[in-house]
Formats: sequence, structure tokens, C-alpha cells
Amino acid sequence: MSVGGKRLAQGGAIDRDNTIDFTFDGVSYQGHPGDTLASALLANGVRLFGRSFKYHRPRGLLGIGFEEPNALVELRSGARTEANTRATGIEIFNGLVASSQNRFPSLGFDLLGVNQLFGRFFTAGFYYKTFMWPAAFWEPVYEKLIRRAAGLGTASRESDPDHYEHSHAHCDVLVVGAGPSGLMAALTAALTGARVMLLEDRAWVGGMLALEGQLIEGAPAEKWVDAVLHQLQSMDNVRVMTRTTAVGVYDHNVVVGLQRVADHIAVPGKGDPRQRLWILRAKQTVFTAGAIERPMLFGNNDLPGVMLASAVRGYVHRFGVTPGRLITIVTTNDDGYNTAFALHEAGEPVAAIVDARASAGELRLDPEALGIKVHRACLPVKAVGWQSVKGLVIENEQQQRTTIDCDCIAVSGGFNPDVNLYSQTGRSPVWNEAIAAFMPAEHRPGSQSAGACNGTYSLAECLSAGAACGAQAAAAAGFDKAPSGALPAVPATDTGTILAVWHGRSEGKVFVDLQNDVTAQDVTLAEQEGYVSVEHTKRYTTLGMATDQGKTSNVNGIAVLAAARGEAIQNVGTTRYRPPTVPVAIGAFAGHERGKNFQPFRKTAFHQWNVENGAVFVEAGQWLRARYYPLPGEDIMAALKREAKQVRESVGMCDVSTLGKIEIFGPDAAEFLNRLYINNWLKLPVGKARYGVMLREDGHVYDDGTTSRLGEDHFFMTTTTVNAAGVLAHMDYHSQVVWPELDVVFCSATEQWGGFALAGPNSRSVLQKALPGVDVSDEALPFMGVLSTSVDGMPVRIFRISFSGELAFEINVPWGYGVAAWERFFAAGEEHSIIAYGTEALTVLRIEKGHAAGQELDGRTTATDLGLGRMASKTKSFVGQPMSQRAGMIAADRPSLVGVKVVDSNDRLRGGAHLFDRADDVDSRGSMGWVTSVTDSPAMGRWIALAFLKNGSDNIGKRFYAHYPLKSEVVEVEVCSPHFFDPDGERLRG
Amino acid sequence: MNACAMRPAFNRDKIMHQIQCPWCGVRDEAEFQYKGDATVVRPADDADEAGFFRYVYLRDNPKGWHTEWWHHVAGCRQFVKVVRNTLTHEVAATGTPADTLQVPES
Ligand SMILES: [Zn+2]
Repeated sequence: MSVGGKRLAQGGAIDRDNTIDFTFDGVSYQGHPGDTLASALLANGVRLFGRSFKYHRPRGLLGIGFEEPNALVELRSGARTEANTRATGIEIFNGLVASSQNRFPSLGFDLLGVNQLFGRFFTAGFYYKTFMWPAAFWEPVYEKLIRRAAGLGTASRESDPDHYEHSHAHCDVLVVGAGPSGLMAALTAALTGARVMLLEDRAWVGGMLALEGQLIEGAPAEKWVDAVLHQLQSMDNVRVMTRTTAVGVYDHNVVVGLQRVADHIAVPGKGDPRQRLWILRAKQTVFTAGAIERPMLFGNNDLPGVMLASAVRGYVHRFGVTPGRLITIVTTNDDGYNTAFALHEAGEPVAAIVDARASAGELRLDPEALGIKVHRACLPVKAVGWQSVKGLVIENEQQQRTTIDCDCIAVSGGFNPDVNLYSQTGRSPVWNEAIAAFMPAEHRPGSQSAGACNGTYSLAECLSAGAACGAQAAAAAGFDKAPSGALPAVPATDTGTILAVWHGRSEGKVFVDLQNDVTAQDVTLAEQEGYVSVEHTKRYTTLGMATDQGKTSNVNGIAVLAAARGEAIQNVGTTRYRPPTVPVAIGAFAGHERGKNFQPFRKTAFHQWNVENGAVFVEAGQWLRARYYPLPGEDIMAALKREAKQVRESVGMCDVSTLGKIEIFGPDAAEFLNRLYINNWLKLPVGKARYGVMLREDGHVYDDGTTSRLGEDHFFMTTTTVNAAGVLAHMDYHSQVVWPELDVVFCSATEQWGGFALAGPNSRSVLQKALPGVDVSDEALPFMGVLSTSVDGMPVRIFRISFSGELAFEINVPWGYGVAAWERFFAAGEEHSIIAYGTEALTVLRIEKGHAAGQELDGRTTATDLGLGRMASKTKSFVGQPMSQRAGMIAADRPSLVGVKVVDSNDRLRGGAHLFDRADDVDSRGSMGWVTSVTDSPAMGRWIALAFLKNGSDNIGKRFYAHYPLKSEVVEVEVCSPHFFDPDGERLRG
Repeated sequence: MNACAMRPAFNRDKIMHQIQCPWCGVRDEAEFQYKGDATVVRPADDADEAGFFRYVYLRDNPKGWHTEWWHHVAGCRQFVKVVRNTLTHEVAATGTPADTLQVPES
């Protein structure tokens, strides 16, 4: 007798006139348009689809949809490889390459299959028990071992050549699942005028109507499905989305859908994404996701050839494929008989029907009249066969056993309403004795379930429930035009009774979770070891934790646990379902936000000049800042030293466009600043700048910068680059919430004014040459003076402020003038060999001057720690003032800012080093301070640093040791004032 | 069999992760930045340390209705007062900083 699946001579919604070539595990096969990878392989007689996760047992196909736990394949090859895809959901295309997973070295001959001979070592909690000790073994040994033994597919190491996108949409009524209930719900809602979206996981609509031969209005149901689909597609207010799975339901009826735009073709069309993630906002949702058939528990129930009964008849009806040559049906309910009838009507033999019940309900046909043997009140004991099913042993109530020869066992343990989405809304499903399954109870406002996912199985009831929910959802969304039209006529059917059979008189390994290889014995053992809560059992045994989230295993597992606990199933309850309902590629979640598009780059006003002049950039938040401008052959150290030296000796220009800039207006602008900054602002004259320090309300330093008074009611604030957005929000809060009585308005001008520093002893000469006719003398523009002027129609703001310690100006021009202004000044500096300097040289210069920056303003330092305590006004209150006076904030021994320099000029310093008063035998408890910013100072001829040190000023002149344990370095340093260079500030006033 | 169970509909301003900005109208929640508890009020400048300590550090973490600041950073940049249910993310009311909003019974 030949065994395995074959293509039937006729039937199925496939295009038999055309063939498609594809390969599976390197073997070429042919299928037809309309086939899935699963149906095409079945038609080719393939039975073995993969190896199991833990025991490497042979596994075949179980289902027909997204519930499939076994037939996971790696789809495509090279950079487009996608692991863990379900063969049941893959539409074949010419050239498709798929391979099985979890086999080593080949699917038919698997070395690790010996794991099952050592099965007793792989029981519940085996990972916890086996790989617990010693900890040092984890990474080098255990992890590799587990990955080798259990790897579910491998990710490609190449970059994904395709792109994924995110789309947003709104609708009044969102219907999830386009079976009979979903189609009726969508149609009824749409006829009221409501905007309707209908999502369907499969490429085609109809649900169960497309999988079995039902009649509607006296004709094959597909006719009605086509008519409804056509009607929906012709309506402007309806969007039907196939190949789209609802992967998550969130608060307020936000539903995330994954649309597989190009998974059914080799390469996405030009401009198309491979997949699109939809963020859908619905006023009302109707879940019509259907039900998933439950496997049965008996020995070797994981052998290839054991399939869900509804899947077997789905393959026959939809694809014209039978999964076996001689099929046994094992059922607990009337629906199983329909599979026998479908096989019979397709001309295929049925070995027997095994019914757990003593008698069936009212059936469409009489099986015995068709010549089919029915074993009543019998239970399956074990499947026999090595690599696939060769027979089934059953047992009657008198414990007499019979062996039935067959190559396929179609099982129906009943149906579980797909409550995944319902559960995600935060509600718990409840056990319903009549259908022996968990079903939805009270829904979250704004959502409903209809049809099989609500425990309603007969076609007539699904259609009426869909219509009712569709109408009610539309009405709740504000569309109450009563939909017209009678429900389509369908034959009256009785869904009959079900006998809940769980773990019967089975022998051998009984699998509950096929994907994670969890047996009924594992669940029982977990209960014995004290894991009695369903959530604990799940994690201890890994039941339901595989990529299928236990779609076919959870309820059986709960039933086994309930039996072990000696309790009713409803007392055990279910675990919570969580998104995503099916595995989703990371690329779909990332969308376009990957690589350089992860976040936008911000470019400065002078970016183009920087690019053209060889700048090496650094990412500072979103900004691209010029780090240094190397000459040919220069490395970073050589470049930054040359740049810093040239500023000290002549003149340089530095792009500071990234500083936060805020224009502030209003009669209370000065008072507003007075409350934000620690120092006084009321008496700042027009035309002057002042350095200001802001605290957070907790008393620590938040930000600093210079702010200028451009008019009586007009200030121009600058912030650090990193806090630009935060300071603006800080100001919004205080002006809107805390002091709404102040008459002040402000807005960001960061990207309205491009800014550069012009620094060095020759800077005034360059400024004068660039701005002829403007008086830039020390009298007209003294230190901290501000000048607003224009030259050749270009507005210019000049601030005589210095970060470098040299005579310096900060020049602001409207952003669009950026490069023109830069070039004008750069040309003016030619006679002084002007250079551009980057953030590295800027850092050298500011450290030499002892200016605190981000490393020092780390959110833990006070103004006093930074040596700025004397700036704080004693005569006014300001943000952070009350908390800055707490005992810990003013403690005398707080580390404060000092300078340190290496004693031996051959030594180097490192940021993060800790300061000790001895060279050896130190530990972190004895640390007296730490180094924040370091530089190899050209001006000082050695490495210098800013540091925080306990009793800082008392220690000036003393020797300490900078310990850097990451490199086992200990360097002797001398503590000094942080103002290394020109401590009296003679140069900047020059 | 119970085909479907209906619940009363949400109001427009309570659904879909949207916030009614008093200045801009109904806007997507993604345009806002969460700014925390709106029930704490900055004490007078001369308040004692304990008062400022409460203002800076102490926050309730209620399960249910909470009055919060949502800063419309990608819109009008105004601080919007929002009464939100921390359990369901329902929004019961929004207003300006000057408004006193009704907080539903939890
Ligand atoms: Zn707004």
C-alpha cells in the first residue's frame, strides 16, 4: 500500500492548468497557483516537515492555518531568509526555496534524535535543572549546547534588502477575520454607511466556507462569499485587507495589523515594502477570528500523519489534496464525521471513525450506510509507526484493544474559540461546559466577538451573530440606519454534543505542546513538584511558550493540569495571551526607522562647508557636529592639538550652531529669567550678555549658557546643545503652570540663527575686516558686549563672549546665510592663517580654562561643587534655591571642581579615573574623587584634567594618584586650580 | 447562545489614544509628552524644606483616575491638564492649567 498525501483528480480552488516550481530541503517539487507550501508538499507525498524542538522527533503537518505548530520552515535563502514561517501560510511562487528547521544534519537522519532515548532527562523544568550549575558554564557551554540542539531556525547574517513600512488608519468598525461571521458583520456595518475595515489572515476570504463544502442559498457557499466580497469591495466606505493578521489589540481599540504585502512573491514590487504594519484606530471592533480545533491526547500523537480533522477536509476541499491514502477519524463530537463525509465524497477510503461517545447526534449522512466502520465509545491509545503513522490502537469500554491500519489519523477533540484578541483586551475567557471550551465572557467596551470565536459553531448562527454584531457596532459608532436584507438561507444543522475527553487510556509519550515538546507527563510532573498555578506550569514546562503561543496546546495542557490537581478546568483558568498573535519579523516593527533612518540627522548652518573642508563628524544627539578637520596624514590627536594651538596663537572658527537658542519677549522677561537663573538679571543693561546657571527644582545644576538683553523687553538665551529642548519645556512649565501671571512669551530660535565662534588673539582684526564700517573696538564692543547690526543686507548678531579663554566673539547670522557668512569670515582671516576647529579642540580649550561642560554638569553637582556658588543671589528666590540649601547639598566635604595635572609629563590621564591619596592597596571605598574631562594640553605641555575632589580647594598643591582599574593604570597627579591657562583672564579682555 | 454583548460607546474624546487639546482640538497622543502629576503645586518661595520636598519628590501612584500634565510639544507647546484613568487610559476630561477638572469616582 502506498502511503502519504496525493493530489486528487479533481476539486480545489487551485489552478491546475499552471504549475509552480519550488524546492524544499533542496528537492524540487511542483505545485499549482492557489497552493500553500503545506498543500503542495502534501500533494507531493511529503510527510516529514521538521524535527521537534527538544527530542528531535519527526514531525509532520498538523493544521491548515496560523495554528500550525510543527511545519515551521526557513523561507527563502541568503539575505531574505526568514525563519519560523508556517508552511500552512506560505503561498508558493516560482523559485520559492524553503528548508526545514531543527534537523542535524538532515531531516530524515537526525543525530540528535537520540535525545528521545534519554527522554527522562528532558522532563519538565529540564532547562532549570540541567543547566543551573556552574554559572561559569552558561555562556561557553550551555548556551551553545541549547542553541545547537534547540535552534528554531537561523537568522540571516546579511542585512535585509527589503523594507517595511508603518501605516495608520481610522475606521468606525473594524472586523477581524473574514469567515461567515466576519463577512456578515462587515457587510451589515458597511450598509449603514460606517467606515469598515475587514482584516483576513489568509490570502482569501470565507474562512470555514472556503475549506468545506457548505451550502448557502442552495448553492456552494463560495458563490455567496464571492458575492459578498464583491459587494464590499465596491463600497467606498469599506476596505478589505487580506494577508493581514491582527497581531495585537491595545487600549482604546487600537489594533495592530501585519500585512504581508510581498511574502507571496519572490521579490517585492518596485517601491513596495515586504510587509506593512498597520496601526488601526477603530471606534468599534468585532472579533470574528473563528475557532481552532483541538488535538487529542494519546501515545505518539505527534507522529507525522496525525492531523486535525478540519484541516484534513480543508486540504481535500480547498486544495484537492488528501493527506493520506487510508484515513482514520477520531472524534469527540459530530464535526469529525464531516471529515469522513468529505473524504467519502471525494472518493477516498475512510479506515474507520472512532467516536469517544456512545452515540452521535443528528448527522448529515449515515456513515455505516456509506460503508464506513464506526467504533463507538472507544478511545485512542497510541499511534503506531516509526517515522510516520502506520496504524492506531484503540480501546473500548471493556478495555479491549483493536488496531486500525491507516496512514493518517484525523483528530477532533472539539473546538477552541480563538480568544487570543479578546484576552488581549484584558478580559479572561470562561469555561463553557456545553462546548467544552473557554469562550469570551464580558467584553471590553467597544469590542465584541461573533461566530466561532464566541463559541457559536453552526453556520446559521454565525451569520446571524455576525449581522447582529455588525449592526450593533455600527450603531455604537453613530450609524443607526437600520441595515436591510434578510439573512442568507442555509440548511438547518445541529452542532450536536461533545464529550470532553482529555488524557484517556494512552500509552507512551503523549504530547500536549508539539512545538515546545511538552508532554502530558511533563505537566503532571510539574504539578507534583508544586507548580500548580497555570502561569507557573506554563513557565516551568514551557507549555504554550513557543512561537505558536499554544494555539493548539493550551487548553489540553490546562485540562491535564486540572486532572492532576483534581479540580475542574474552570478553577485552573487560562494564561493571558499577549501580542503578537503570530510571530512578526523585527523589520516590521522597526519599519523605516533603521540604519541611518533610525532618527533624523540635524545639520548645522555650516554643514556643507564642513563637509567640503574635510570635517570628521561626531553625532551629538541628533546633530552632526564637526569634530576635527584633519590635514592630510593627520590623526585626531595631531589635528586637535594643531587646531587648539592655532586658536591660542592666531585665530580660528568653530561651528556652535547646535547651542539651544531661545528668543524671550515681554515686560516680565527679565523677572522670568531672574526666577529661572541663580544669578540676577533685572539690572542687566541692554546690549550686554551675562553667563547664567539654572538649577533643577531639586537644587542640582541643570544647564548654563549666556543670555543677552537685546532690548528692554527682549532677551536672547542660549542653552547647552543637549538641553535645548529640555530647557524650553522647563520654561513652558514655569511660565504656563507656575507663574502664569508673568507677561512673557518665548520660542525656540535654535534653527533660526546659525552661530560660530571666532576666537584667538587676531579675532578682532578678522571681525573688522569681515564687517567693514562696523565699530568692533573694545570701547564699542567690550567684553560681554552685544552688537546687532547688518552687513550687505545680512543681519548679524555679535556677542563678545569666550569659551576658549581667548579674545573671542560669537557671531550669529540667520540660518540661511550660514555658509555665505562663514566663507566671508574665513576669507577675512586668511592673512592670519585662520583655521576651522572642531569640538575636540573646543574641549581642549575649555578644559585649559576650567569651564565646566556636560561631563561636569552631570545632574549630581551643585553650583558650589562647580565653583559657581558665589553667583547665586542671596536676595531673591529662584528655581532650585530652597532645595539647594538642604544639609547634604551644602555639606563641606562634597567633592568640588579642581584641576589635576600629571607629575610626569610622559603619563596620560583617563576620564573616569578615581583619585586616591596612595598608589597601591586601594578599593572603591577609599575614593576621594574622580576625573571627569581630560586632555593632552598643548598649552600646558602635558595631560591635564578637570576632577571632583573632596575638600577640593584645601588639596591644591597636593599629590594624588589617579587609578584607572580598567587598564590597571596608576598615575601620580598634582591638584591645582581648574583654571590652568591664563587664570586672570587677561587674554579674553584684550 | 449569546451572540454578542454590547457596551455603551465611548465618547469621541475618550477613544483611540487621543487627547483633546484645549487649543488645538483632538490630537494624537504621540504629539504629547507626559509631564506627570498635575495635582502637586509649587509651594511659595518661602515655604519650608518639607513643602519643597513634597513638591519635588513625593508622588501618588494611583490605580484609576489621575490628573496629569501632558505637554503638547509637537503642537502648541501648551501644558494640558488631563484626567486619565491609569488602568484603562480613558481620558475623562482635559483643560488648561487654570481649569479645575472633575475627577470621576474610581
Ligand atoms: Zn495644542
